Amino acid sequence: MSDEAVQDFSDEQTLIRHLRVGDETAFTALVTEYHAMMVRIARLYVADERVAEEVVQETWVAVLKGLDRFEGRSSLKTWIFTILANRARTRARREGRYVSLDDLMNGDDAAEPTIAPDRFSPTDGDWHQEPDDWSALPEDRMLSKETLAVIQRTIETLPPNQREVIRLRDLEGWSAEEVCNVLNISDTNQRVLLHRARAKVRRALEVYLQPE
Amino acid sequence: MNDIHPLTCQELVELITDYLEDTLPLTDRERFEMHLAECTGCQRYLDQMRWVQRLTGQLTEATAPPEATDKLLDVFRNWKENPDSDDPTTDED
Repeated sequence: MSDEAVQDFSDEQTLIRHLRVGDETAFTALVTEYHAMMVRIARLYVADERVAEEVVQETWVAVLKGLDRFEGRSSLKTWIFTILANRARTRARREGRYVSLDDLMNGDDAAEPTIAPDRFSPTDGDWHQEPDDWSALPEDRMLSKETLAVIQRTIETLPPNQREVIRLRDLEGWSAEEVCNVLNISDTNQRVLLHRARAKVRRALEVYLQPE
Repeated sequence: MNDIHPLTCQELVELITDYLEDTLPLTDRERFEMHLAECTGCQRYLDQMRWVQRLTGQLTEATAPPEATDKLLDVFRNWKENPDSDDPTTDED
């Protein structure tokens, strides 16, 4: 009897071993975990969805062909996304549209305050209208589908670079360094984007959770 | 050591990500914490930002559409049968 139970690929060494011997379930697990995110990241660099998908497809081919040479000096995830970012940049350059995301920051709203100035007293900069105490709200309301849907919708409407930074950091749990590397942005800009993104999500939640 | 001017609430909210990321220089961190200790509004604001992180972490990511997965499985099978076909790709490890 073969073991038909779902193999746990959370251990990277196990995953790599299964990939190298051509285990399709291992590959499917990897695709399920990363593919959609890869397309979105590629999309930050290249002109349209179709090109982004081509870049991701090329990346998967490169990953498979490089698998035997992969030495595990970085994590598999970092390695895959480095290949992706390099390919996406190369493709964008070839099409004459490479703009670094750091440069895009100039057109961003980074100079604006994250909270409307009228929330503070003009004389001493103290709260004029204090934030609500969310920890006093019922936890099941905070964790409800509706509340999460507000966050989801808000994230969708963010500028693309803010959107991907908050997703990678707070949803995927990537480190700041990993995000800087894959998006090719400075540490400072990564923090600015995260700051803007979180502030907008907070604001949307504040409106949603406001007592009647 | 009282020559450093205290933070206002309005200033604190703009430093909150640097604080949470632990990238504030030591003096700013002290000013931040000094202000926080005595300000309910800013304590709530920090608590709200932690909620933002926690709740965002509860969202689930879209997974690859089935067409994409099928197409990639073909790529995988081709590679299995013929690992060295096509031009060699650049080594990016």
